[in-house]
Amino acid sequence: MPSLPDVMTPDVERLAAQAPRGAPTASHIDPHLAGPLVEFLMRTGDNALILGHRVSQWCGHSPALEEDIALANQALDLVGQCQLWLGLAGEVEGRGRSADHLAYRRDAAAFRNVLLVELPNGDFGQTLMRQFLFDAFHIELLRALTRSADPRVAEIAAKAQKEVAYHLERSADLVIRLGDGTDESRARMQAALTYLFPYTGEMMHDDAVDRALADAGIAPLPSSLRADWDRTVREVLAEATLTHPGQTYQHGIAGQGGGKRGVHTEHLGFILAEMQFLQRAYPDATW
Amino acid sequence: MYAQLVKSEGAKSREEMTPEEIAFQERIDRGEKIEPKEWMPEGYRKTLIRQIGQHAHSEIVGQLPEGNWITRAPTLERKQILLAKVQDEAGHGLYLYSAAETLGVSRDELLAALHSGKMKYSSIFNYPTLNWADIGAVGWLVDGAAIMNQVPLQRTSFGPYSRAMIRICKEESFHQRQGYDIMMKMCAGTPEQKAMAQDALNRFWYPALMMFGPSDKDSVHSAQSMAWKIKINTNDELRQKFVDQTVPQARYLGLTVPDENLTWNEDKGGHDFSEPDWSEFFEVIAGNGPCNAERLNARVKAWDDGAWFREGLMAHAGKAEARRRAAQVAAE
Repeated sequence: MPSLPDVMTPDVERLAAQAPRGAPTASHIDPHLAGPLVEFLMRTGDNALILGHRVSQWCGHSPALEEDIALANQALDLVGQCQLWLGLAGEVEGRGRSADHLAYRRDAAAFRNVLLVELPNGDFGQTLMRQFLFDAFHIELLRALTRSADPRVAEIAAKAQKEVAYHLERSADLVIRLGDGTDESRARMQAALTYLFPYTGEMMHDDAVDRALADAGIAPLPSSLRADWDRTVREVLAEATLTHPGQTYQHGIAGQGGGKRGVHTEHLGFILAEMQFLQRAYPDATW
Repeated sequence: MYAQLVKSEGAKSREEMTPEEIAFQERIDRGEKIEPKEWMPEGYRKTLIRQIGQHAHSEIVGQLPEGNWITRAPTLERKQILLAKVQDEAGHGLYLYSAAETLGVSRDELLAALHSGKMKYSSIFNYPTLNWADIGAVGWLVDGAAIMNQVPLQRTSFGPYSRAMIRICKEESFHQRQGYDIMMKMCAGTPEQKAMAQDALNRFWYPALMMFGPSDKDSVHSAQSMAWKIKINTNDELRQKFVDQTVPQARYLGLTVPDENLTWNEDKGGHDFSEPDWSEFFEVIAGNGPCNAERLNARVKAWDDGAWFREGLMAHAGKAEARRRAAQVAAE
């Protein structure tokens, strides 16, 4: 586990210093791609922000001291990643919005995270299963993004990938141990899987934004990550002695819903009400 | 610090000591460190378990008032700093429980004593964090008071405790600076922010003074602990040092310390100041502070709700071990 917070890693400073130099600035980007790129960066940044928020809610309340430490560390990684992704989104957008502005001043309909990450923590098993299902996708996405045609995207992905490789190692390990633990731990992990699995398809569902960025070599088609995600999930569930839910209905793809399109569950509004409270109540203050 | 009213065993005069006890006291007087496997008087062991255990409990309960603002931290950077800080507190808890374990008590036993109310944690964590400036005040005042006590404890006689303190002090000084940084930002901000900062100081000033424990004249447990170098300075010495350090910092922020009797005393080279309300202190210690019930309930709930998780991991470890043995037998 990386034991130090990422707030002050040399990496971040280096990325910040490089951003204005060699990397293409907003003006260099094909104007047709700027819109989809901003959209994609918000999706990736919002996933990290909202999952980081959920994970941080366990601080001081988890089942063991080691878990308190690990979850705080993971929340720290995710909020740090969100800051980089949203910072770049604001820069590409070119309307002067900072990462903080995007995090704290958008309403729910402007958030682009998938539904999975905003679902309630539930018991600790549900939190771990949600983390595992997301980590298994997140690592594949970041791995592909390290080869992005946009060097800024590739740099952020390279940094995040190291952290997320550890997140996945940890969440997969705990899913295995709790699935193959006691009858109760197995039942809880199975119940969590049954509840969460219908929210996984949205992560790997392609839309017009994804296709535009894939054509430009900036980001992978989400559907191209499915085979690797599926293999990881099947292997871990098998070792955990849990039953794969098979083909189930998938939220957020058909109909009007879907976090990537800004149509969320009821939960997101409450997350934002809490998270954005100070910025909304004291709009003129700096903190 | 975070250890108040730790009951020490009664002090013995040299005539009452056994030869072993005399030799032990001489080692301490020479400034030698006592290590876990070496002989030590039973009273020394018991007192240390109480003190280190109470300190560890304070670290983990201390996650709660600050954790209260993680989801509402006003910027992404403040959120990361606060997360890192709360993570540090949990880490301090971990070192300290480990230090206590070297004295022959398990973490589970110590937690059971916390949950049943038999062991205490610092009174300060029974006060609520009501506005964002409270997070600044906790770092500035609470961590500031803790450092005052913990810096001398780096020289404490028990090796594992001393080494834990050296590591903890490095992080605590970062915590205090981040707290003061929040206060500076708030005091240079809008009138509402400045008011939050003053409000936070008003509520945390006296509870911070209480952290050092009752006045020396009422402190019954100090003599033996000081002879054993488990405790290095008296409560009043540390409190005075804290006030003298903090008053100019408050002035720099443009905040008013909520004490009409606060004056500089040229003769003693320190401030005169009002004592905290000790009846309030004893009520908080007795369980009647503003947040005692919430804090303890939160810890008990975390433990109880997590039982299945811990049992699941133990069961898996058992199965994995059995499989490993079976494979070994098959191979032979």
